[in-house]
Amino acid sequence: MSITAEEIKKIAYLARLEFTEEELKNFSGDFNKILVWMEKLNELDTTSVEPLIHMSHEINVLREDEVKITLTHQEALSNAPKKDTDYFRVPKFLS
Amino acid sequence: MSTSAIDKYQPVIGLEVHAQLSTLSKIFAPDSTEFGNMPNTNVSVITLGHPGTLPKLNKKAVEYAVKMGIACHSEINDFTFFDRKNYFYPDLPKGYQTTQDRAPICKGGYILIKLKSGEEKKIRLNRIHLEDDAGKNMHLAGEVDTLVDYNRAGVPLIEIVTEPDLRTSEEAYALMTEIRKLVRYLEVCDGNMEEGSMRCDANVSVMLKGADQYGKKVEVKNMNSIRNVQRAIDFEIERQVSAIESGEEIFSETRQFDAVDGTTHGMRTKEELNDYRYFPEPDLQPVVIQGAWLEQIKATMPPLPQMLYAKFKSFGLSDYDVQVLTDTKEVAIYFDAVCAHTNNYKAAANWISGPIKSHLNELALNVSDLNVTPAQIADIIRLIESGKVNTTIATQQIFPVFLEGTTKTALQIAEEKNIIQQSNTDELIPMIQQILSKFPDKVEEYKKGKVGLLSMFMGELMKVTKGKADPKVATELIKKTLES
Repeated sequence: MSITAEEIKKIAYLARLEFTEEELKNFSGDFNKILVWMEKLNELDTTSVEPLIHMSHEINVLREDEVKITLTHQEALSNAPKKDTDYFRVPKFLS
Repeated sequence: MSTSAIDKYQPVIGLEVHAQLSTLSKIFAPDSTEFGNMPNTNVSVITLGHPGTLPKLNKKAVEYAVKMGIACHSEINDFTFFDRKNYFYPDLPKGYQTTQDRAPICKGGYILIKLKSGEEKKIRLNRIHLEDDAGKNMHLAGEVDTLVDYNRAGVPLIEIVTEPDLRTSEEAYALMTEIRKLVRYLEVCDGNMEEGSMRCDANVSVMLKGADQYGKKVEVKNMNSIRNVQRAIDFEIERQVSAIESGEEIFSETRQFDAVDGTTHGMRTKEELNDYRYFPEPDLQPVVIQGAWLEQIKATMPPLPQMLYAKFKSFGLSDYDVQVLTDTKEVAIYFDAVCAHTNNYKAAANWISGPIKSHLNELALNVSDLNVTPAQIADIIRLIESGKVNTTIATQQIFPVFLEGTTKTALQIAEEKNIIQQSNTDELIPMIQQILSKFPDKVEEYKKGKVGLLSMFMGELMKVTKGKADPKVATELIKKTLES
């Protein structure tokens, strides 16, 4: 299995990352090395093995429906790169 | 466009309905879900997607989704878990929506709808799944930035996804009405589309009648009432048919409905191909719904509209009466309670759609605010049945006393107000005989055929009884006495 430069560009776009052509070229090398390495797993017959989805066997980890205030309005906004008294502010993305 | 062109095509419609669950706290965090608070006050580090925070699932949200599933005859998945749907949008602080892709909480099921023609149709569901709501972006004119409020982010939602079983906008209207009725009966969502606590996206396509492949589907969003869901679908069907008729191709896209002119329009920017890269949410453990817990949830199920509809129909009531009586759970349960005290179902229905409804409407009250118990309504009905008062007198004189709150029976009130009708034959006959003996000539005329004199005798009797003679009984008695 190998990955094309186009596919890497798409993945980068979906992650909102930008790379130079040079970086992209390096990535295809690295990506393909990882994929080849993972192909090692294909040597195992996993037909009767359930996919491992969760890391523990715990189930029904639930909370009761109770309201708790854990953060003040000021604290909530404190880490925002841009804000006003009430709102988080982001670059306008729809006119 | 000519109707013949439209007639050549078969519309195919499926709905995706989002309903905000009326829990007090959010689906994965304990912040309040209250609507209308100051922006960014109902938030927590979990809601804001801060690194290193862990979600914890709200038990009530799970139970509400299960209740909706039971009401829709769905299979409750005994092993359900969450997935991440990845995309970037400012109202989604985590960078992904926590939703359910491969193991939704409810699978399959159906909802019965009733059409104007009286026909019933089963609309199959694909699934009902749980997910979190997004925040709200505000694009204000003259503002360089977009403002974001995360109060709504993390409010629990169920998404009800139908199979493409709908064929007309009327069917979609009926389905939305039924879903709203169900969530309100279950009290899992207030069903308010204007405020956005219930939202609907419609997938619409058209194909030539008899075709074996569906046309390309278009997703229509932004309908804030059930009526607008119907309008949007109607517009979209016409738009697609006339596009195809003039040789254009329909392509899959998302279109916004504009309630002002009733049209839909595509997004200005071309959407990138969605690639949500779903994968299982590692921070939330699976949920196993079975055994005692499932039984407990089942035990909290209220009577459902379909059940009550069938029950009230079996009382011999008309479709119209039953429709009115089952419109809201409160009215239906009240009516049902009245019927536990009387077998006169038609009278009970008339009391509810008549005096009770108009009293509630006048004061803008709900049935739950009503001071009069179902037993008291049954008590009035019995008193009328006994012939002691008629419905008009009961509505005007006894019902208001009940409304003020009293421990007296309908009979006691009637006696106190001296409004009991004389229908006692033994008392009335001597009075009638006395009246007839006063007017021997009139009796002769009557016997010769002047039957109109009956009302004169009746008038005399009313004078004597001060208007309390039961007119029906009295008329019969006068006739009998005259003809004996």
